[in-house]
Order: sequence, then structure tokens, then C-alpha cells
Amino acid sequence: MPTYYTEEHEWIAIEGDTATVGITDFAQGQLGDVVFVEVPESGAELVKGAEAAVVESVKAASDIYAPVSGSVTEGNEALVDDPALVNSSAEEEGWFFRMTLSDTQELEGLMNAKAYKAFCDSQ
Amino acid sequence: MDKALHGEALPHREPCVLSDTETETEIEVEAPALLPLDVWHRAKGARMVPFAGYEMPIQYDGIVAEHNWTRTAAGLFDVSHMGQLTVSGEGAVKALEALMPGDFSELSAGRMRYSLLLNADGGILDDLIVTHAGDHFALVVNGAMKWDDIAHLREFLPDEITLNHHADQALLALQGPEAARVLERIVPGTSALTFMTAATFDWDSTTLGVSRSGYTGEDGFELSLHTDAVERFANAILEDERVRPAGLGARDSLRLEAGLPLYGHDLSQSTDPVSAGLTFALSKARRERGGWMGHEAVAKVLSHGPAQKRIGLTLEGRQPAREGAQVFAGDTAVGQLTSGGHSPTLGYPIAMAYVDAAHTAIDTALEIEVRGKRLPARVTKMPIVPHRYFRGK
Repeated sequence: MPTYYTEEHEWIAIEGDTATVGITDFAQGQLGDVVFVEVPESGAELVKGAEAAVVESVKAASDIYAPVSGSVTEGNEALVDDPALVNSSAEEEGWFFRMTLSDTQELEGLMNAKAYKAFCDSQ
Repeated sequence: MDKALHGEALPHREPCVLSDTETETEIEVEAPALLPLDVWHRAKGARMVPFAGYEMPIQYDGIVAEHNWTRTAAGLFDVSHMGQLTVSGEGAVKALEALMPGDFSELSAGRMRYSLLLNADGGILDDLIVTHAGDHFALVVNGAMKWDDIAHLREFLPDEITLNHHADQALLALQGPEAARVLERIVPGTSALTFMTAATFDWDSTTLGVSRSGYTGEDGFELSLHTDAVERFANAILEDERVRPAGLGARDSLRLEAGLPLYGHDLSQSTDPVSAGLTFALSKARRERGGWMGHEAVAKVLSHGPAQKRIGLTLEGRQPAREGAQVFAGDTAVGQLTSGGHSPTLGYPIAMAYVDAAHTAIDTALEIEVRGKRLPARVTKMPIVPHRYFRGK
């Protein structure tokens, strides 16, 4: 299951034509205590770069943009009741939403784990 | 006291999850100054952000953890960015009373008062603590406002009054229910102070100005000492396992719960003391007698009642609303948030707002607009989380 990363600190795990999207552990560390998450509803059509979700930490509100285009199949309802999952398990239980990809070519140019680590180190 | 955090914890929306600090950096025109404890903060794992012209620790382990630790044990804050001024000379009382609405002639030595610097229109230039320190008055003003305050005081204090800025003094705040026991062990005698009193102590051959005051709603102390000694003193305090360092982030969430306004957000030149709910800072005698800058304008607001009032709000649900969000009663916009965020103590979002006076009764149902959605909210008493000051046994 390949996982891609964006410069906006999102991860995209691919399984067939389905992608699971979240923010990285590095990102949650920078955000601090997450107190609210709003995820898209299933059926929502996302265009790459458009606003897809909202995450609020004690410090600030941040938008999460769709890293790729597609149709949302599921938002992570667990985050509604327990937003701190983003802090404790950013890259597993703290996923934001799942979507079917409309254009797998959009994955090209995203980073792999190694490139993303180098990117974070350079920040 | 102290009002930290200008330019930080703002309600900005960012295109990327990590860009909140970048915006702050761009706001800074000059390179920020370093605190006397700068290296110490970094060694403790602090994340530093530019604030009030300084690189300041916003957090160490995390804002919520530091907030909760301060409410249950003791947090150590570095507030050395604040301005520590002294005013002395014959006629100092009268000179200060001409610029502030406090009754300083009635303030006995060792006692402190919250007060306000006002402009001629009754607008708030800064809020501050004035201490009668025997042969002089000590003023502690907001870090972001200190240069403006000094200019204002220089302009309006008579020539025979001496104004000193003690830039070589650091200021720490030890806050929380364990603060008094911790400090008593290091500096015996300090636990006898009561809320809003101050005295000078000696610690390891260093003069220590100790006041029982703070900006968290908890019992605690503010501690002034020479920058040369502050690292040794901070280490001595932190040796006690009941104490952990706490940053500006926790300071902001603590003071919001405590209903304490933050200058530059909840107070400004366009707010007056009556609308701000700070009439307690207008001493009764001087409300009528006047003789302080801004009196005429403030007296008018007192007699007619303010158009808007600063209130506390609790929100339903989990989504925080931030400074700048509009407040609605039905379809009518009736006010605006000046502070807002998650309350770690309560577990839900809270806010401060200026709202039309007709909608400020406790329990009034209002709505706050966030991202095009209306969040239900309710006017609540302030402090939102009760104060636990030590007023004596």
C-alpha cells in the first residue's frame, strides 16, 4: 500500500483506487492539541487544492485542502467525538477521510516517505 | 496581571496546517529581542515565537498539559517582556492620579491596584498594575505597549517626577494551587502575603520583588529580580517537582477562563473602561471628583450606560470561535468576539465578546458565526472558571 505525502503535510495512503487522507505526525506536533475536526461528508466531490476539512488546535484554525481530486466515501466520525486522536495517532486512527480517486496521475509529483522526511528536516 | 499574546493565537485561517507561525514572523518588522532566559527556554524544549518584540516560549510540552498543570499544581511563566517601571518624586501620587482613575492616595504601602492608562477620549491605552512600594510606585505594563506607555508617561508626568524603566529586571510568574508552598520553601515568609500585596525579600543575596498576583485566576506570585540572577532562581523553583514551565499559550487560555482581558484584543483605544466591564478600576470617589485623563468621556458612559459590554460566552459543541467572529441575536449582528478558544478546564469552547447591552444578561442565547455556520452560545458570568486567589485565612 503506497503512501504519498504533500508539502502541506498530508499523507495519502492508496489501496486500489481508494485513498485515505490524514495529516502527518509532524503536522500534528506543530499544531499542538487538536480540539476540533470537521471532515467532509461521504459523497462530497473534492477538487485537488480545494478546502476539504478543518482542524482546530488550541492555538489556531487550519484548513486541510484536498491533496487529490475525487469523491469522498467516508469521513472519520471518530474524530468528531475524539479530536485528540489526531495527536495520538495522526497516521493511523486519526485519518480524516477516504475517497475514490478521479485521476491517479495527480499522485505523480507527491513525495514518498523518504522525500517527505527530508522535506520536514529542511523546514 | 499581564496580557500576553498579541499577534499569537489569532483567528487566522491558513492555507497550510503549519503556516500560523509564518504569518507572525512576517508581522515582525525588526528582529525580536531575546529574553534573559532565552537559552534556558530552548533547553527546556520550548517552541519560541515572536511576540511583543521578543522571542517568547509559546509552549514546552503542550498548551493543554501546561494549562492543566497550572490549575492543579504550579506553572512557571517567564513574563520578562513586560515593562517594569517606577515612578518617584514628591507629588508622585497626584501625578499618577492625573493619568489614571485609581485612588492611589488611599493605597497603602505594599498594596497593589489594577488600573488603566486612558486617553482624553476615555479610550484605554493600556492596563497595568500599580504597586505602592514605599518610597516609589512600581508599574507593570504590557510588553507590547511598554514603549508607548513610557512615551505617554514622559509626556504627561511633571518634570519633577522621575520615571525609570528597569530593563535589567526579569519577571517570572509562579501560578497555581501549589505556588505558595513551593515559594515558601525557597523564599521563607512569602506565603504570608495575600492577594494583591507585595514585599521585597532576599534570596541568595539577590533582591526579590514578590507580589501575590497573576494572570491565570489561580493563587500565585509575580517575581521580579535582576536578569543576572534569574536563571539560578528559575532553576531553584523548577527543582521542585510540583512546578513545570508553562508558556504563553497556556497563559492565554488560563486568562480567558479567568475572564481577564488581554490588551490589544479585549481592550484597546476604542474601548472604554465601562464597556470593558472594568468599572472596579474607577475608584468611587474619583468617579465623581474626576481630575484624571478621560474622566469627562468616561463619566458620560457611566451616566448613559455603555452601548456594548464585554461579556463571557460558552459555546455548544466543540468548534472554537476566534477573535473577530460576529455575534448574532436572531438575524441581527449584535457584537464581535475579542478572544475565543478551547477551555481545557471545561472541555468546551469559551469566548469574550463586545455585545449590544440589550443582549448581555446572563444566560441570553446568542449565535456566533464561524465559517458560515452559526454556533449556539450563551452569555455566561465572568470569570468563566472561578478565581482561587488567596485573600487570607
